[in-house]
Amino acid sequence: MTSYDLSASTFSPDGRVFQVEYAMKAVENSSTAIGIRCKDGVVFGVEKLVLSKLYEQGSNKRIFNVDRHVGMAVAGLLADARSLSEVAREEASNFRSNYGHNIPLKYLSERVAMYVHAYTLYSAVRPFGCSFIFGSYDQDDGPQLYMVDPSGISFGYWGCAIGKAKQAAKTEIEKLQMKDMTCRELVKEVAKIIYIVHDEVKDKAFELELSWVGEVTNGKHELVPKDIRVEAEKYAKASFPSSVAGEEGNCSGIST
Amino acid sequence: MLEESSEPGWLSEEVKTGTTIIAIEFDGGVVLGSDSRVSAGETVVNRVMNKLSLLHDKIYCALSGSAADAQTIAEMVNYQLDVHSIEVGEDPQVRSAATLVKNISYKYKEELSAHLIVAGWDKRGGGQVYVTLNGLLSRQPFAVGGSGSSYVYGFVDAEYRKAMSKEDCQQFVVNTLSLAMSRDGSSGGVAYLVTIDEKGAEEKCILGNELPTFYDQ
Repeated sequence: MTSYDLSASTFSPDGRVFQVEYAMKAVENSSTAIGIRCKDGVVFGVEKLVLSKLYEQGSNKRIFNVDRHVGMAVAGLLADARSLSEVAREEASNFRSNYGHNIPLKYLSERVAMYVHAYTLYSAVRPFGCSFIFGSYDQDDGPQLYMVDPSGISFGYWGCAIGKAKQAAKTEIEKLQMKDMTCRELVKEVAKIIYIVHDEVKDKAFELELSWVGEVTNGKHELVPKDIRVEAEKYAKASFPSSVAGEEGNCSGIST
Repeated sequence: MLEESSEPGWLSEEVKTGTTIIAIEFDGGVVLGSDSRVSAGETVVNRVMNKLSLLHDKIYCALSGSAADAQTIAEMVNYQLDVHSIEVGEDPQVRSAATLVKNISYKYKEELSAHLIVAGWDKRGGGQVYVTLNGLLSRQPFAVGGSGSSYVYGFVDAEYRKAMSKEDCQQFVVNTLSLAMSRDGSSGGVAYLVTIDEKGAEEKCILGNELPTFYDQ
């Protein structure tokens, strides 16, 4: 056990690569991020822990734009995630330059996964300590959701969660009938799940980062507008019996 | 009179596919057509060349200009599309094929002298025709190219109608080729047709004596 975990180029006798498993632990130490795919789009929600009151609101974003139609939510070492978002952006940009159209999400996530995997082969480098969720929407393929983890594999999902509360989040996600929901309905549910899995005792303040891409945004990935986010947070807080300052009624409907 | 060189002219002249090429969209596919003459100066070095080159199962391109340049571009793009379609796991879009051709034509525009018209069918956009002259990329309902095209611009502009059927398009292509081949010295031989739709690509060859005749033929 002792000497098999020193580098990614070594297997243990029971066939594990410890460095990659340790990288996944780094992801589990980070706060939760979830992505859910619905009938007409994809919604991301991130529980962004605020470590200091001195932080400017909205800094240290954990949701990135990779291309106009692709968004990426991350969990794990933020610096690793930022450099990989550049890799993803380059892939998407080169594809468009070479082939003249939007990169298909399955292909993008496979390319990024291949890159992440390359760092699990050698002792000279360490694996990336982050997982990400990619989401996109286009007219022909509809909404797509893919997740890449530090071992370098990617899977397609209807809903997935990464980070410290991923088990609790997955349980909540499984309760949803996402295939029948629209983005507007889903935004509120995503906010609610983040509020549910947030641990008030261990982690104090957090900022909810919400983004979406779908028919509602005309295929453009962007942060959810402030008024919709506020409405979603209200819904989330109101779903809690023990929540602080519960405002029971919903506000009048948002006009688009 | 003494000749200056003892070599025949066709050994020193550049080999060009003088050519008439044409491609046209219809609802559900495309029709491509070309003549078959390859000239080196005044000599016809190949009178039966098929200038409609396969880029993928349902994407073809029509070659014109320098024969070597055009063939090489088509071969490169055929290779790139093979790799690309396996990587993305589905048939490539016609737009992708046209972009690949355009990228080569533009990057090497000073060295190359070829014009490829790319046309095909894909499930997103149906039948599509793209022009890549000099490194531009433009989608058009129909396109003509090559030296013979100058003689038939008037004909195609006057005769083209929107929403023609597959058979109408095939007739349109054959008529255009026949007219161009009879006026352009660098075009002639037989006419090759390729019709591409959802089901696949169908190649056809129309011999010289089976082509439609017009005034003075």
